[in-house]
Amino acid sequence: MINNNDILETIRMIQDEHLDVRTVTMGVSLLDCAGSDIDKACDKVYDKILYSAGELVKVAEDIEKQYGIPIINKRVAVTPIALLSAACQAQNPVKFARTLDRAAKEIGVNFIGGYSALVQKGFAAGDYALIDSIPQALAETERVCSSVNIGSTKSGINMDAVAMMGKIIRRTAEATADRDCIGAAKLVAICNAPDDNPFMAGAFHGVGEPDCVINVGVSGPGVVRAALAKSDGLTTDQVAELIKRTAFKITRMGQLVAREASQRLAVPFGIVDLSLAPTPAIGDSVAHILEEIGLETCGACGTTAALAMLNDAVKKGGTMASSHVGGLSGAFIPVTEDAGMIDAARSGCLTIEKLEAMTAVCSVGLDMINIPGDTPAEVISAIIADEAAIGMINRKTTAVRVIPAIGKKVGDELSFGGLLGGGPVMKVNTASPAKFIHRGGRIPAPLQALNN
Amino acid sequence: MKAVITVVGQDKVGILARVASCCAEYNVNVLEVSQSILSELFCMMMVCDIEKMNVPFGEFADAMGELGKDMGMSIHTMHEDIFNSMHRI
Repeated sequence: MINNNDILETIRMIQDEHLDVRTVTMGVSLLDCAGSDIDKACDKVYDKILYSAGELVKVAEDIEKQYGIPIINKRVAVTPIALLSAACQAQNPVKFARTLDRAAKEIGVNFIGGYSALVQKGFAAGDYALIDSIPQALAETERVCSSVNIGSTKSGINMDAVAMMGKIIRRTAEATADRDCIGAAKLVAICNAPDDNPFMAGAFHGVGEPDCVINVGVSGPGVVRAALAKSDGLTTDQVAELIKRTAFKITRMGQLVAREASQRLAVPFGIVDLSLAPTPAIGDSVAHILEEIGLETCGACGTTAALAMLNDAVKKGGTMASSHVGGLSGAFIPVTEDAGMIDAARSGCLTIEKLEAMTAVCSVGLDMINIPGDTPAEVISAIIADEAAIGMINRKTTAVRVIPAIGKKVGDELSFGGLLGGGPVMKVNTASPAKFIHRGGRIPAPLQALNN
Repeated sequence: MKAVITVVGQDKVGILARVASCCAEYNVNVLEVSQSILSELFCMMMVCDIEKMNVPFGEFADAMGELGKDMGMSIHTMHEDIFNSMHRI
């Protein structure tokens, strides 16, 4: 017999506390679509996505109805397009981006990820042209997301790619300056990129993955915060225990949805990504969880410790709830997508330096941060290098998704709308790292890589 | 297969009757009902057998949602698996 209190708790979580499945992402391999004629390759890409993911949105909507649980995003991640553009060099890879965009619109997914290149150790055929085409690709398309893996614990950091990405991020923002620089919000430079990440903008379908796979990203900052609202008088270890228990329930729901989607689509289940992913909606904020734990404002001293505890407890609770855990798995701290972070940034309490420290103990990295429009490309590259170094040494994923607000300065605002949110332009330390960045080459793989 | 229907809202005459007749219309068999009234707020939970339901689940859930709007109540219909997976190891 199902307990009445359990029923009421679940309904309260969904109705009042924004419990949802953040994304059901289908990974689709496009390796069998490669060919030397780009037009033929694009036709194959379009057909394969429609064939594999044509039913994705409908099936996800049916599952939403059956379990009464909202599934916010339905998305597709594909093989890094640089691997396809390698076969048809000297032709503009933007054609692939247009094809992905068209396919995404046809099947009704809101984002498609994988306009990507993996260059952690160097550029292979197709990589350079693809990265160079990112500004045009993101300006001409609406739903395509792009990522470039510029480093890893095993390979070190490709500083040539880091230098290039500073310029690419600026050019992408400039190319979409008339739309609040939204192109840069769909572009991320990553270190240690996972092959099975269901979250955008860094999602792509790794080469070791099956032909087609279902990955699910859960959410639930509101639920964790609501649980903590009754935590006065608890010690920190008891708070951690409470977060674990809540994360378990959230993840079990994600696991159920993943299993059901995989069965109905006849596609293998890949992973559940144990994440606390905020949205700009009030009551769905990771910053507010930290404040509920006992900080006046997110960004105050103590934020890193509280976040480390939160992140760890979410993973401990979630791991037992799912048969396969993967992706990014951890708390996200995207500034413009989190109401509490936006307020903390506006008040000046949350700075980029503090955010950088926070990225050492949680999922991902400097995410969705608006920076002044006149920030030099070298400074953006150096931000990427710092984040990549944190990821490389700590054997974790770190990423940089900053949006140069072209024509705007500190205190001005950008607004992207929807889940990408909007927020203030934050101050960046502009002392020049140019000589370091222009050296190029590679940061050698650290001792942490030598674990055989 | 079982579904859980929850009805929450202002108490009035005929709530159980209308929800139950809607179930009957879709060939849904009511197995258990528990209800309580807390400071005039009516709260009812029904566990139903949906094995022989004559429409897809989504359609039934929508019909119940509509009935709720019609009655000024909040009615949710969810498959029992979500409760089992969230609250049991």
